[in-house]
Amino acid sequence: MNDAFIYDHVRTPRGRSRADGALHEITPIQLTTQTLAALRDRSALDTSLVEDVIMGCVMPIGEQGCNIARVAALQAGYAQTVAGFQLNRFCASGLEAVNLAAARVMAGELDGVIGGGVECMSRVAIASDGGACYSDPQTNWQTWYIPQGIGADLIATLDGYSREDVDAFAVESQRRAGQAAAAGHFERSLTPVRDILGDIVLRHDEAVRPATTLADLAKLKPAFTALGEQSGFDGVMLQRYPQVERIEHIHTGGNSSSIVDGAAAVLIGNREFGERIGLKPRARIRAFVSLGSEPAIMLTGPAAATRKALRNAGMQVGDIDLFEVNEAFASVVMRFMNELEVPHDKVNVNGGAIAMGHPLGATGAMILGTLLDELERRDLRTGLITLCAAAGMATATIIERV
Amino acid sequence: MNTLKFDIGQDGVALIALDLPDRPVNVFTPELVADLEQAVERVLGEASIKGAVLTSAKPVFLAGADLKALVSAYDQGIDATTASQRFARENALFRRIETGGKPFAAAINGLALGGGLEICLACHHRVLSDDPKVRVGLPEVTVGLLPAGGGTQRLPRLIGIEAALPLLLDGTSLKPQQALALGVVDELASPEQVITSAKAWVLANPDARQSWDVKGFQVPGGAGPLAPHAPRTFRDGTAILKSKTQGNYPAPLAILSAVYEGTQTTLDVALRVESKYFGTLLANPVARNLMRTLFINKSAADKLERRPRGVAPQPVRKLGVLGAGMMGAGIAYVAAQAGVEVILLDASQENAEKGKAYSANLVKKGLERGQIGQEQADALLTRIRPSTDYALLDGCDLVVEAVFESRAVKAEVIARAENQLPGHATFCSNTSTLPITGLAEYAQRPAQFIGMHFFSPVERMPLVEIIVGRQTSQETIARALDFVAQLKKTPIVVNDSPGFYTSRIFCSFIDEGMAMLAEGISPALIENAARLGGMATGPLAVTDEVSLDLQLKVATQAAEDGLEEKFRRLHALPVIERFNQLGRLGRKSGGGFYEFPQGGKKHLWTGLSGLYPLKAEQPEVEEVRNRLLYIQALESARCVEEGVIDHPVDADLGSILGIGFPSWSGGALSFIDTVGLPAFVAECERLAEQHGPRFAPSPWLRERAARNETFYASA
Repeated sequence: MNDAFIYDHVRTPRGRSRADGALHEITPIQLTTQTLAALRDRSALDTSLVEDVIMGCVMPIGEQGCNIARVAALQAGYAQTVAGFQLNRFCASGLEAVNLAAARVMAGELDGVIGGGVECMSRVAIASDGGACYSDPQTNWQTWYIPQGIGADLIATLDGYSREDVDAFAVESQRRAGQAAAAGHFERSLTPVRDILGDIVLRHDEAVRPATTLADLAKLKPAFTALGEQSGFDGVMLQRYPQVERIEHIHTGGNSSSIVDGAAAVLIGNREFGERIGLKPRARIRAFVSLGSEPAIMLTGPAAATRKALRNAGMQVGDIDLFEVNEAFASVVMRFMNELEVPHDKVNVNGGAIAMGHPLGATGAMILGTLLDELERRDLRTGLITLCAAAGMATATIIERV
Repeated sequence: MNTLKFDIGQDGVALIALDLPDRPVNVFTPELVADLEQAVERVLGEASIKGAVLTSAKPVFLAGADLKALVSAYDQGIDATTASQRFARENALFRRIETGGKPFAAAINGLALGGGLEICLACHHRVLSDDPKVRVGLPEVTVGLLPAGGGTQRLPRLIGIEAALPLLLDGTSLKPQQALALGVVDELASPEQVITSAKAWVLANPDARQSWDVKGFQVPGGAGPLAPHAPRTFRDGTAILKSKTQGNYPAPLAILSAVYEGTQTTLDVALRVESKYFGTLLANPVARNLMRTLFINKSAADKLERRPRGVAPQPVRKLGVLGAGMMGAGIAYVAAQAGVEVILLDASQENAEKGKAYSANLVKKGLERGQIGQEQADALLTRIRPSTDYALLDGCDLVVEAVFESRAVKAEVIARAENQLPGHATFCSNTSTLPITGLAEYAQRPAQFIGMHFFSPVERMPLVEIIVGRQTSQETIARALDFVAQLKKTPIVVNDSPGFYTSRIFCSFIDEGMAMLAEGISPALIENAARLGGMATGPLAVTDEVSLDLQLKVATQAAEDGLEEKFRRLHALPVIERFNQLGRLGRKSGGGFYEFPQGGKKHLWTGLSGLYPLKAEQPEVEEVRNRLLYIQALESARCVEEGVIDHPVDADLGSILGIGFPSWSGGALSFIDTVGLPAFVAECERLAEQHGPRFAPSPWLRERAARNETFYASA
């Protein structure tokens, strides 16, 4: 089997997903096109050597539909021989795209390929696809569709995390993200986003609030109380978890991932590909895995995915120097750390989605790049990236520097 | 055409008037459908006929399908595929009406429910009588079915999905004004003008077509997953149903699915989808259980099917209520509401007045909500006379005693009352625990003594349990039943035994809950498992409501009376005693198994885990659910064996209406029939092995199981 290496990584800054967000005027195809163009331009990449572009995208409809990967490659001026397709592993899509790219290199099908993702949540709203999982009553009923925030609240109820616990986690995410941004830790991978005039509209992650305090967060109202109590979801969850008397709703907009726009791309290939494009491999993709977990909570898979990826790699938890665990909600990462006994100082050391945001289809590819940059900066060797995904799934990837 | 009248007017409009012979109310029968087919074809076939008006020659337009026929279809083992074809002929007829090329208008002159409304929805125009007593609606969900005559399809196409769903999912009946406002009917007319208006519309609209048969039709407000309402109607809507039904009632989900799937396609395909979902429901025992117990058998009970024959009816004009506590006060209220003059006695005038104040308070609420008028309210209160004077009982036709549950107290009031009562008076005891035969010994006329067990709060609880003592006469049973009917409540008749029927079953439920608590099973799991099974409330929560000191009193009384061990609640007694020692008696003492914080939601008392540490290994929720439901069903079977219950319907209605046993099961004995007796006995044996002999089925039950006998004969 061939080795698959990471040669380069770019990501856009994440823009607040609101009408006044800096990226709101940028279409998804533009965002993807600019990301692919940036990846090419940084190393004067001969795109005819790239064979496929795989982009994660969770709402591949409307202006984000119609196979945004292939069309963005065309619009970016890539060689017409570069194929492209979009995939949907929900929140783990960006990482799944990287894993699939690596797998095809390892299998010998491809020499060079791009994996990444895009989500313009301000323009194509979350859950706007009308998928059966929520809309079709039979499916909704049989597959235990419950909004994720309620699952996050249930994790906290089951594990005994208080509002103060999850808020403290969020404050730390903000602090770390602010500090990392100020110190320039994200600069290596960031590419600015430009408008139709070519002027830069966003250079840095927009949603971070480094000065956030516990007192600030304490003022926010729980976000999922009404859905849980009035729309019946708490009652449904208790059918699945009858040992629980009631779900304590403690997640707010402040301790959950924020909704943002963004895109990322990772250049992957075998050793010969690197020689041909004149780049040194930065890291080897050592193992990866996706698996299903309990679908009602949806969010508990990262620990299991991590264990399985470690087993595939023949490694132990202690062998991993740094972790990126997507901060979908504070309780998700807190449970991960508890379950695997990983100290917080090895996890999301530059903050996470609570501070910077979670552009669904792109996040996996983004945090993989962030982790690689940080391993290099600290001169550490191995890192593990994992994300939970809707319908009860998780994806994990282990990278090691070469 | 035996079931309808067909006339062609001078104006060329045919009038089809439904009129089933030998039936007070029109319902769909095969004969009616055949006659309608013939009538419709004649309208469509004769060039001189311009269109038709459909109406009824009876005060009721059409009450829907024949539920007894649907119950027997289930009992004869109908499968879902066959069941899906059940209304194929009706649906073809409806489709012919709307696509035949001539205008059809419905002149709805009376109640139109279920299929009765559906045939109107297939007409091109609906005129409804503005008689305020008339109702239209699709109540099929309440019997575990869906409107299978196009109701799940035409109604949303007519008024939009968001407006149609509550009508389909709650089975709400509409008053004329509401039906017009929602667009279910097109116009209202006075009862005399209904047919005239419908005819005028037919004449003015020779080219009538249904909007959904016109190319480019869109469901008002949109259909499918991308409709703006979809997150509310389908996403949240499913969760609300699942949370409410706990997965025990299949009809609401089938309705929601039929609407979701069907409104995204043509009406013909949609009707096919609807009929398939209907097939799954008719072939499901839940629909049979709901139809049989809560409609057919309840309606028979309400009509006093069990009343001994040959006793001339004699309404109660004057009622004596002894004891003006919560129960006595409630009984006085419902009697006064039914037009009965009430003497409400208590030991002090103050207590008696307090008892009347209960009615005054209810009347005040009724006035505020516009449920009654001032005149009615005044008349109701005037009928209740609070007093301490037993002499006022003179002339009472019936007396209900609702005094303190002590034999001595009861003996005294029985004697005092009988001294004043006329010789014909019936004496009823509202005791929930003391055997009737024993209390009758204090009476001079034991043949006229009977148990009449009301449930709290009396004005809301629909059931009355009549307990026949050893010496109670047939005439007394008839009198008691007549009085229950006068109060518009549902009676069941059981024979005397400790706890009678409902209290005995209720105790088996709460005792199992308390026993599990003592075993270290998570209290949240106990409560949730009960709700998952379909019980209205968890056993610990309901015990807090009825109070733990009462439980101790009942258990102590049982011991003092030297009752058999099975009546002494030994497995629950340690918990009952402990909570009495702690003074945690339930809601009335400010806390029991639950805490009742001021202004906050009640929650399980955190001290429970200290008293009863959780077992390391917790049972599956199904095990907890089965313990809670099976013990009640098994106890009901014992009541049949011991002769407490003569007819299964008394146990079924008593368990559902009295103590909140899940209606999906059809009641505690229908539950066994639904599970199947052999499987039920096998599960009881397994439970007995694990949890003790209270689950052991008797040889009598085992023998019945061996013969695969059901409690109900198949229809």
